[in-house]
Amino acid sequence: MIPDLGKYAVEVLSAYAASLALLGGLIYLTLRRGRAARAELRDIEKEVGKNG
Amino acid sequence: MSIWQYANPVKFLTLSEKVQPILWVVATVCVVTGLLWGFFGTPDDFRQGSTVKIIYLHVPTALMAINAWFMMLVASLIWLIRRHHVSALAAKAAAPVGLVMTLIALVTGAIWGQPMWGTWWAWDPRLTSFLILFIFYLGYIALWEAVEDPDTAADLTSVLCLVGSVFAVLSRYAVQFWNQGLHQGTSIPVATGERTVSDVFWYPLLTSMIGFGLLFLALVLYRTGTEIRLRRAQALRNRMERRL
Repeated sequence: MIPDLGKYAVEVLSAYAASLALLGGLIYLTLRRGRAARAELRDIEKEVGKNG
Repeated sequence: MSIWQYANPVKFLTLSEKVQPILWVVATVCVVTGLLWGFFGTPDDFRQGSTVKIIYLHVPTALMAINAWFMMLVASLIWLIRRHHVSALAAKAAAPVGLVMTLIALVTGAIWGQPMWGTWWAWDPRLTSFLILFIFYLGYIALWEAVEDPDTAADLTSVLCLVGSVFAVLSRYAVQFWNQGLHQGTSIPVATGERTVSDVFWYPLLTSMIGFGLLFLALVLYRTGTEIRLRRAQALRNRMERRL
């Protein structure tokens, strides 16, 4: 399935692998932090609501 | 109706949550299409061989690395002039995205440079200014983390952003300014529109560039929402502590 990349196969594949890993990491950390922030705000709003 | 109404965090979040699902879908479709098209559907270049396939990553990320800094510059200026917290938080939210884009551009450039130039790195004007831009991103993020008071942090990082803009401009125009070094000039001059890239490479590249631009926007909107929520949580926590 992978096209014939000739003598530069290692360079091309490593460029794609490194880039996709960095992008994937960025998206994963962004979503994880976002979910944590939502949960934190929800908890503290609940607490504020309880204490008036 | 004024654009400044979106300086209100609630209005910003409402609009942002509406736009984001579409933005994420279109961005993903464009990035995936651009990269798959470029990787599987384009021929080798007669000089660069298959390394030409690296441009579908290198060019869009380099473009976004510079444009992210300009977006941060505009947001920082809005903070300094109008004191809208959302703009300061948007600048903060964009920095890690810009940092990753810069890193990908540097890494893919080095991987491409080794077989084409015979070196991973050269102290060429564009490469050097790009490396300095990367260091500015790191400094900007570190400064936000180092200063406890959020308004002071926003002030200091805005000033740092103004200074760093010099290197963002240099990264873009270094080849024209110095007319030396290994890095070639742009193949897609926006001003003249006389691109030197053939259609077979251009269309997947354009798709990838649009995709990375939209991905940047989606990430920044999402991250700005996160920053707003964290700021609100901190404000509520401070209020509770004062009552105790």
